[in-house]
Amino acid sequence: MSEFISYLESHWDDLLELGIAHALVVAVSVAIATVIGVALGIATYRTERPRELVLAITGFFLTIPSLALFGLLISPLGLGWPPVAVALVMYALLPIVRNTVVGLREVDPAIVESAQGMGMGRARRLLRIELPLAWPVIMTGMRVSTVIVVGIAAIGAYVNGPGLGEDIFRGLRRIGNPETALNLVLGGLLGIVVLAILFDLVYVLLSRLTTSRGIR
Amino acid sequence: MTIKIRLENLTKRFPGEREPAVDSLSMEIPEGEIVILVGPSGCGKTTTMKLINRLIEPTSGRIFLEDEDVTKVDPDGLRRRIGYVIQQIGLFPHMTIYENIATVPKLLGWNRAQISARVDELLTTIGMDPATYRSRYPKELSGGQRQRVGVARAMSADPDVMLMDEPFGAIDPITRDRLQNEFLRIQSEIKKTIVFVTHDIDEAIKMGDRIAILRDHSHIAQYDTPEAILVDPADDFVAEFIGRGAGLKRLNLSRVNDIEMSECATVQAGADRDEVRRALGETDRCVLVLDEQRRPRRWVNADHLELVGGRSLTEIGLPADAVVRPYSTLSDTLNEMLVADYATAIVVGDDGVYQGVIDIDTINEAVRGMRAAERSRLADRLGEGG
Repeated sequence: MSEFISYLESHWDDLLELGIAHALVVAVSVAIATVIGVALGIATYRTERPRELVLAITGFFLTIPSLALFGLLISPLGLGWPPVAVALVMYALLPIVRNTVVGLREVDPAIVESAQGMGMGRARRLLRIELPLAWPVIMTGMRVSTVIVVGIAAIGAYVNGPGLGEDIFRGLRRIGNPETALNLVLGGLLGIVVLAILFDLVYVLLSRLTTSRGIR
Repeated sequence: MTIKIRLENLTKRFPGEREPAVDSLSMEIPEGEIVILVGPSGCGKTTTMKLINRLIEPTSGRIFLEDEDVTKVDPDGLRRRIGYVIQQIGLFPHMTIYENIATVPKLLGWNRAQISARVDELLTTIGMDPATYRSRYPKELSGGQRQRVGVARAMSADPDVMLMDEPFGAIDPITRDRLQNEFLRIQSEIKKTIVFVTHDIDEAIKMGDRIAILRDHSHIAQYDTPEAILVDPADDFVAEFIGRGAGLKRLNLSRVNDIEMSECATVQAGADRDEVRRALGETDRCVLVLDEQRRPRRWVNADHLELVGGRSLTEIGLPADAVVRPYSTLSDTLNEMLVADYATAIVVGDDGVYQGVIDIDTINEAVRGMRAAERSRLADRLGEGG
């Protein structure tokens, strides 16, 4: 234990650097997934067939083992950031699309009808009424996606991706030196746990700031 | 009488349904009146109303607002000119009361000062203090307050026309009655053209300047004033829809000052017995004892005078408690009479001073007079037409 602590003391700047890269790739991926997911949700929430199709496809993404997906993405995208970001976006889609659809469909039809009856067009209704009311549900989807993706991002080190996975994989390669291996893996793991907690705090703050007091 | 809304052979067929929901409806709605669409569920009254602001697009037929054909104009622009209130109210829960009411003015591009002044004016009109309520959210209001805000929101851009679909439907009876009265008071000042949908014939009679009773496919069974419909229902469907007690409902439409009061014998509280006997004369009825301010106190007849000697006039006889005001409805007046010890209603002014009395014969007479008047009016109209 004391050795792990002294390991942390001597390597904290490396860990911090890896942690920041990890957080960055997660944040960028979830942001891209949110843009795509919300758009897909908006495009399909009123029509049954396309909605089922989109949910089936994004659901299928989540069943692909991450190692396999990273491997598959090497040939079109190479190593490093691109395959990791693309894979993470694919994993983050389902919760966001699903919650966007659920959130939009849960908006009270009477509210939408009165907006329409007052002369709000389709786009304005969506932007001013439906999306703000669905927003807390969409945020919940983003939060779930983030938790999923924080873990999977570690595996991205397999294709030279950024983040704390690098330490974990280095550790795994040094099985012959158990002490160093353990320290490296534990350090990476600790970083990921801390990151997950930090992301959650950010979401709590974000939902406070972006949800109207009238629907909290 | 200017026609504000004209519907011409309006028909709506929903895809996949054999019968049209609204079948070739033609109707004229006069400016400044409340026109009620009333009928059993499924008769197409709500569909008809939504055809007017084209929330439902008609299959065929035309809609005129004043003289403009609005069947094909931009629907959003049309809707911004027409206030819209629904039973569920549909306030935007994520917006403050201010933002809710400001919705249409913002769409129309009013400037901030104009909008702010208008919102405050409307909140004051509906009896809600602007400073207190502007920045509240809908969830912080009671049901009645939300309904008021819903109406204020529909009036925000001062539209000439308002559509109201069972606006007071989801509220408890006491609040509903208060909101109805409040709305009638506001309407008497703003004189909007209002199309009002309800399934409740009593609400229709209370609120309507004119009532259209609809049967299936929005066919008009009768379209007339409440008085005429009550006195002379067009057919069995209308009669059945009005239900029993049309005569009693009719009494809701007239007030004490619409009919002629009668006089009765009165004495001052300080009068002596002989004076009372003189006032009684030959009748076996009561005299009304008034106090110094001429407010009614007791009913006294000859028997009361015999039975108790020596007590003052304000301590004998029957209490004079069936008191009504000139603006009370005849229905309320009749009710007062029925529950009082002495079955005559006393009319007093707001200061409590005696003005006259109404008894059952007076009401009977009045009702007969109203019926004759309605009949002759109908006859005149038929005469003109034919």
